[in-house]
Amino acid sequence: MQEISTRIDYRKNDRLALQKTNYILRKIGTYTFLTVVALFVLIPFYWMFNMSFQSTNEVLNSASISFFPKEFSPDNYRKVFAYSTVSQASITFATYLKNTLIVAIFSTVGGTFFSILVAFALSRLNFKGREIIFSILLATMMIPGEMMVISNYITVSRLGWTNDPGRGSYYAMIFPFLVSIFHIYLLRQTFKQIPNELYYAAKVDGCSDFKYLWRIMVPMAKSSIITITILKLMGAWNAYIWPDLVANERYKLVTTWLRSSFVDQDSGQGRVLMNYQMGASVIVTVPLLILFVLFRKYIMSGVSRSGVKG
Amino acid sequence: MLERKKDYKAWLYLGIPLFLLSVFTFYPLIKTIFISVFTQYDAVENAMGSMFNLDAYRTIFRDKNFIRSIGNTLLLVFISVPISTVLALLIAVALNSIKPLQRIFQTIFFIPYVTNVLAIGMVFNVMFSHPFTIGLVPEGLINTLFNTSIDWIGVTALRKHWMLVVMIYVIWNALPFKILVFIGGLQNISKQYYDAAKIDAATPKKTLLRITVPLLSPLISYILITSFIGAFKSYESVLSVVGGVGRELDRKRWTAVAYVYDKIGIPGLDGNNVSYYSRGAAAAVILFLIIMVFTFINLYASKKRVHY
Repeated sequence: MQEISTRIDYRKNDRLALQKTNYILRKIGTYTFLTVVALFVLIPFYWMFNMSFQSTNEVLNSASISFFPKEFSPDNYRKVFAYSTVSQASITFATYLKNTLIVAIFSTVGGTFFSILVAFALSRLNFKGREIIFSILLATMMIPGEMMVISNYITVSRLGWTNDPGRGSYYAMIFPFLVSIFHIYLLRQTFKQIPNELYYAAKVDGCSDFKYLWRIMVPMAKSSIITITILKLMGAWNAYIWPDLVANERYKLVTTWLRSSFVDQDSGQGRVLMNYQMGASVIVTVPLLILFVLFRKYIMSGVSRSGVKG
Repeated sequence: MLERKKDYKAWLYLGIPLFLLSVFTFYPLIKTIFISVFTQYDAVENAMGSMFNLDAYRTIFRDKNFIRSIGNTLLLVFISVPISTVLALLIAVALNSIKPLQRIFQTIFFIPYVTNVLAIGMVFNVMFSHPFTIGLVPEGLINTLFNTSIDWIGVTALRKHWMLVVMIYVIWNALPFKILVFIGGLQNISKQYYDAAKIDAATPKKTLLRITVPLLSPLISYILITSFIGAFKSYESVLSVVGGVGRELDRKRWTAVAYVYDKIGIPGLDGNNVSYYSRGAAAAVILFLIIMVFTFINLYASKKRVHY
């Protein structure tokens, strides 16, 4: 009897060899494609850091751009922190940062707190009008914020908050966006998954609704709450048009600082100092990147459940 | 289900947040519609006035700036959204097919999401820079790489040039979210479909078009709806790439939202006896209606075409 070899050497079989080559070619193609996209994604970051470390002389007076800083000048950053244009002397990065932190902390803490309260009432308590309220909230979620902006501007102006050289500026930046319907919706979904039995057991033990919310529900929904906290924080850090529109000069946020003109004041030619501009971009971007590194899981899960940015 | 509480208890939880939502979300929504039809609305006195007509709508449709800003918005929407969606799908499929380096690539592709739109927009601005006076400052990265001397974004830039830069930026910005959602979807597709395709010796292209795309169709339609809506509202990305200092933006480069913001804070009436606020409100309502129409078309189309 003839012995049949079950081993197939793909090198000796033309069809298999072709398949193998195709497979390898496809893999190479895939990795090349992904690498090109990764470069497309990363080049702006590289360029931002590259420019931010170049000296003013290099940026303004070279014949061609440098792909790498010739004179490494981290001193740019010190100057950018202290930079203030003539019209707004004494308002430097520190002021903007303080304002941003105040707005970010109050809107994050307040916003998350209110989202928890509303999500709890809508998912656990039973009261007249609950379904109506929830439907109205859902319907409003689809409506673009630009519909409200005109009337809100009038409202905050009439409250005396617009351009107010005091706390009013903060109120105008915090209150209109404090309660986020989308975050309420996200949290309500999470709260709904917590079994009713827990609630009844807590009731039997004489636990009040409020205590039940903070002692049992909040810890159980921890990851959703962290997600909305971070989204809220990022939203406050990135907010630009509305704060710039309503806040007084002394109360604007880091984004306004970022958009200010970093101009070469010595030569009198009004040339833009791209190295300072890019330094400012780095300063605004890096905290977000740190946040991303620390809370990658929460941000990505929040985003994949969301649909809208911020 | 749950025993009925005394209703007032629920209102202890809902009271303040719902009050804030009423003041800053529900009330302004209705008020904006009113302002758009009471065309002599006085913002200082907050008086609606007695002129009730559609003049504000008529005015903006005769306003060159408004027509152009709608045009810019539509260009952005209909070119950038399809490109970024297809690109994101291809990237997600490619990512899903590899094992080594997958997580690194995935993280890199997500980074644009966690950045500041304005900050990176300014980086694009610098990359595409072109000296106003030749020789005063060097050409930017793109002009150097491609050995060109085009004014991409400056004051003399042509529409096709600055629009191209804005689109590249918008696509750059839109990719991470879409890739993330598509990868989630791909991982939910059962492996048996692909095994069956392999047995039938289907080509990768066929597998993509006959298996992956149909099975992802609910997600694709969801992505399309949300990104159409998002792109209709684009303003900050345009501002940061092709704008000047602060909120300064050439009116030729306005989007619909830029038009709305431009009308805020101007008291009084324009040449047609229509208040600026009414014009802004009318533009906001038009934008809202366009978005609604698109949402419904998309929902309708996805119901018909989606394969579950």
